[in-house]
Amino acid sequence: MATTADTFQAHTEEHHHDADHKPAFFARWFMSTNHKDIGTLYIIFAIFAGIIGGAISGLMRWELAEPGLQVLGQVASWLNGGQADFDQMTHTWNVLITAHGLIMVFFVVMPATMGGFGNWFVPLMIGAPDMAFPRMNNVSFWLTVAGFCSLMISPFVPGGTAAGPGIGWTLYAPLSTSGSVGPAVDFAIFSVHIAGAASIMSAINFITTIFNMRAPGMTLHKMPLFAWSVLVTAFLLLLALPVLAAALTMLITDRNFGTTFFDPAGGGDPILYQHLFWFFGHPEVYIMILPGFGMISQIVATFSKKPVFGYLGMAYAMVAIGVVGFIVWAHHMYTVGLDVNTKMYFTAATMVIAVPTGIKIFSWIATMWGGSLEFKSPLVWALGFIFLFTVGGVTGVVLANGGIDDNLHDTYYVVAHFHYVLSLGAVFSLFAGFYYWFPKMSGRMHSELLAHLHFWGFFIGVNVIFFPQHFLGMNGMPRRYPDYALAYEFWNHVSSVGYVIMALSMLLFFANMIYAFTVGKKAPANYWGEGATTLEWSLSSPPPYHQFETLPVIEDHHSHHDAIGTTPSAAH
Amino acid sequence: MAGAKNHDYHILPPDIWPLIAAISVVTSTSGLVLYMHDLPAHWPVFGIGIASLLATFYFWFSNVVKEAQEGHHTPVVQLHMRYGMILFIASEVMFFVGWFWAWFDFALFPSQLSDVIGGQFPPKAIEAVMDPFSLPLLNTLILLCSGTTVTWAHHCLINGDRDGLKKGLWLTVLLGMLFTSIQIYEYAHAPFAFGQNTYGSGFYMATGFHGFHVLVGTIFLIVCLRRAYLGHFTPRQHFGFEAAAWYWHFVDVVWLFLFVVVYVWGGWGAQYH
Repeated sequence: MATTADTFQAHTEEHHHDADHKPAFFARWFMSTNHKDIGTLYIIFAIFAGIIGGAISGLMRWELAEPGLQVLGQVASWLNGGQADFDQMTHTWNVLITAHGLIMVFFVVMPATMGGFGNWFVPLMIGAPDMAFPRMNNVSFWLTVAGFCSLMISPFVPGGTAAGPGIGWTLYAPLSTSGSVGPAVDFAIFSVHIAGAASIMSAINFITTIFNMRAPGMTLHKMPLFAWSVLVTAFLLLLALPVLAAALTMLITDRNFGTTFFDPAGGGDPILYQHLFWFFGHPEVYIMILPGFGMISQIVATFSKKPVFGYLGMAYAMVAIGVVGFIVWAHHMYTVGLDVNTKMYFTAATMVIAVPTGIKIFSWIATMWGGSLEFKSPLVWALGFIFLFTVGGVTGVVLANGGIDDNLHDTYYVVAHFHYVLSLGAVFSLFAGFYYWFPKMSGRMHSELLAHLHFWGFFIGVNVIFFPQHFLGMNGMPRRYPDYALAYEFWNHVSSVGYVIMALSMLLFFANMIYAFTVGKKAPANYWGEGATTLEWSLSSPPPYHQFETLPVIEDHHSHHDAIGTTPSAAH
Repeated sequence: MAGAKNHDYHILPPDIWPLIAAISVVTSTSGLVLYMHDLPAHWPVFGIGIASLLATFYFWFSNVVKEAQEGHHTPVVQLHMRYGMILFIASEVMFFVGWFWAWFDFALFPSQLSDVIGGQFPPKAIEAVMDPFSLPLLNTLILLCSGTTVTWAHHCLINGDRDGLKKGLWLTVLLGMLFTSIQIYEYAHAPFAFGQNTYGSGFYMATGFHGFHVLVGTIFLIVCLRRAYLGHFTPRQHFGFEAAAWYWHFVDVVWLFLFVVVYVWGGWGAQYH
């Protein structure tokens, strides 16, 4: 194994001086057709958008730290250019939750998982020189930025009661139609439209790349699980986003051109919007988490120094989650007046998803069982992911029950649930992947100490934020209000303290980046050692500008269940 | 030398059009927002956005054609394009699923509460609908016919009959234009208005988006016709043509569903105009 990997590396070394023929600055970063550079752009963009989205949640926790209105007056006055009245202040609250949701979903998690890590590591892992459609790859990135610009305009122009789109990330009609007549909502709708188009193109790119550009010998059943996760996610994007595009177009024409899709006066149906939205929206939650599953599989296998347990089961569990994810959407709508039989179906179908998800959780644990574990930062983040995602998954099973959800719908219990799977699930997988691959991407080692401290600060912080929200929800505190009854004061205050802990830990993350780029040691090709067996570890850190100019050949001398540890060798 | 690649994939040099495309898109949508709210400068903003978007399409696809002529489209790169086109069409199918979903919702569960609907479909407010077996049936035959002429063109191309290719494409383009003209005539003489109720909303948006796709497909075929005159296609390599034909068939199939579900079933029981 070592011999073949070394041969391959020697081969890339000899080309190294050619490979550094990088374009000049503007051409390299604004006209890129290189999957690694585009991946880097996506990651930088996601961090930038994450700072904005995270700052907005800071304002929200500041506002909710105590009963009564704290900071909302200043924010509303700033956005509306003048002393804001009470209605404008509460509208501004809606603007904050809308912006936070849309930014985190469309401009942080998706660009980071698919755009960033997907672009960087899918071609490397399958032994491809680049993506199938390099120019379309770049237009996907720039359209994401364009969509973000449209969203950033919207808080500063008239919405409904006050400036900005106060409609929630789900853009529900009639609040988003007759309820908010200003241009802010149109800017927000077009923002999602544009980001959606970007994602559809990126999905086409990933599917084509994975089906057609795997290195000789790398069958689908030998492909690393991260590539599998991106493949399944790309199919979800491809099939779910166009339905959202239709729904968004209906919103636009209802708002501006006199159609009545969601207007009951003309026979339209606001519930239709919810169906169309969640037919997209439910696959969307798997779009956000599946690439994380893939990253966690790579990381757990690497630091257990053994192949992932039940490789094929892991791959097809993701396929099953993707397929079933399309037929459970109405569990977001239990309180709209669905009949009992429909609720029964959606309850049962939703619970079925716990089965493949359970396969994944138990297989990660089984991978670690008897492995020689090395608690490096990526594994620590991955363990955090497994624990916290399981908590969020279990509250998901609770919420899947139509009868229980009648009580919990639109309470903080739901907020706690989806932040456990996203803010503590998807985001933990992002940091796990980041610390796993950062030296590979940058060529510099980060500080393990800072990464561990970041983990503990973040782990404690987010749990202090979100665990008490279960209690608040069980006690009936509704979502989407800037104020609350005195009974909810204590746990809200605790939750806001958690935000401060989390925010401070993020300083360690940025300190770590400064450390890495100033005094960080140069990263060798495989800095994680024998457990790291996928193809990206056979390349230098960072990899040559164009890798695999001679395609690696995956030899078939490993037994089947060793699928993740494929061995590269040079094809001469 | 740099890029001494030993594989058949197409590694592209840096390109400015993706950035311009993104800027044009957000300029167009911003112009549209200005227009919808009657704010100043909406036409210049929208116009510049759309013009640069169209220019982007023109130059981007010109570059693709140029690269094809230079031989960059090896068999595996052609395979990429096949996958890309099929997946694009799959996403388009899902886009129409959204419109049909709305239509089925309105037709199967007409609102009992709204006066303009009165619990029936077509709604009470719709005095008459188009006779599906008049112009819509003619349009169905025109599109089906254009599906055969594009297949004729394809067979001529495969058999090296360039003259037949051009004739088949000319006919397909003309049939496509005829379809669009009849559709415009139909809209102009329709007995019901755009919007105002579920029928006027669902009908015009679903058939309108189909019409837009016919227009795009016709332009795609016109590009192929021009390329046929330039001698671009060979019996073995002509994916540009095949993609246009696939797209045309997709548009055709969507129409068949529209004809059955929207025109025939959707207007069932109403007065024909």
